[in-house]
Amino acid sequence: MKKDKVIKNKSDKIREVTVALTGLNAIDSPGPGVAVIRCLKEMPDFRFRIIGLSYEALEPGIYMNDIVDKTYQIPYPSAGTESLFNRIKYINEKENLGLIIPNFDAELYNFIKLVPKFEALGIKTFFPAMEQFEKRDKINLFDFCKKNGFLCPRDKTIVKIDELKIPAGKFGFPLVIKGKYYEAAVAHSYDAAQKAFLKISSKWGLPIIVQEFIKGTEINLAAIGDGNGNTIGAVPVRKLYITDKGKSWAGITLEDKSLIELAEKFIAVTKWRGGFELEIMRTPEGKPYIMEINPRFPAWIYLSSAAGQNHPAALVRMAFGEKVKPYKNYRVGKIFIRYSWDLVTDVEKFQKISAFGEI
Amino acid sequence: MKLKSNIATSETGFIFNPSTGDSFSANAVGMEIISLLKKNKPLNEIKKHILDKYNVDEAVFEKDYDDYIAQLQFYNLIDTM
Repeated sequence: MKKDKVIKNKSDKIREVTVALTGLNAIDSPGPGVAVIRCLKEMPDFRFRIIGLSYEALEPGIYMNDIVDKTYQIPYPSAGTESLFNRIKYINEKENLGLIIPNFDAELYNFIKLVPKFEALGIKTFFPAMEQFEKRDKINLFDFCKKNGFLCPRDKTIVKIDELKIPAGKFGFPLVIKGKYYEAAVAHSYDAAQKAFLKISSKWGLPIIVQEFIKGTEINLAAIGDGNGNTIGAVPVRKLYITDKGKSWAGITLEDKSLIELAEKFIAVTKWRGGFELEIMRTPEGKPYIMEINPRFPAWIYLSSAAGQNHPAALVRMAFGEKVKPYKNYRVGKIFIRYSWDLVTDVEKFQKISAFGEI
Repeated sequence: MKLKSNIATSETGFIFNPSTGDSFSANAVGMEIISLLKKNKPLNEIKKHILDKYNVDEAVFEKDYDDYIAQLQFYNLIDTM
């Protein structure tokens, strides 16, 4: 029989869980890890030991002592599943992990592959199955949307720079040039499209997705599904301030039933398990085009909790087999404004994580 | 013509549209008209209210009122009946 890693304390009210998370890079294009931890810390009936899983020694979350209890470096996704599993196994031997919450798109493939092995170690997970994960991939997005009646810009996946001529002729300019995992650029000319192709492919590899440009208002929606087609929560946000990387630096919760229905339809169709983010462009005519589907919580997820829907908390409960009542409401007009903060630490700490891979 | 039911306003002139996330600020007279629209007052009553209270020519008011309503429509703040 597997050992239950949720420990109830003496009062039998507060449960103690060790949870490991990635996404500690709270930089200009932040990972969701720190925001997810903030949400978890607001659960009154749980006490968490937070284990950070980092890729680089300068991820700010590593040094946030009030946020993360201990951090271990893990291998980059390109190192493969075996390497990741060996590292998690080592961390589990030291920390007795109860739950893992991956927060990056690029790492999810390996984590999904390892679910049976994590389960064998007694580590809970709650993220999408491989089929769900691949359906919403940027490369498959158009076909997925077409099949299920969602609006989505037309696109063309290319691997050679000369192939830019095809979408340029078909869609016209501007075009959106997107990397497989991250980064996008709007190109207003063929020259600009070529530059964007070279820049993004050199950083993130091939293929490149070339998308038709849709003009409108950028809206993001954080939601969570129970894996059986039911929506546990959904909160739409309008981006109020957008960085030059296209990231939200401020946003406000919206009241819009049609957006909630869109999330509910997506969850019903995919039977999505876990958190995700829909990136939507709403045209001046009010039509919501799905631009991207991110298979994890967004970096602004703390706003969902502040607005009354704590999605990471719901994930934890579902991961441990609790029946979670769907959130029905949230506060409209809640604003987040991101800010940067200079965290000062000692070189010894930097040395420790760099040399030993844990701190 | 009436203000959309979900539009939030404050006495200080702040107007918030929760469907789009847009926010605006109106001056005192603008807010007076907004509050009358909120109460579903017809144009003739709004006109009477403003002309009685302020020293303004009827033709000037009507032009400014039409401009104001056009702006509210453009920003999706009123339901047109």
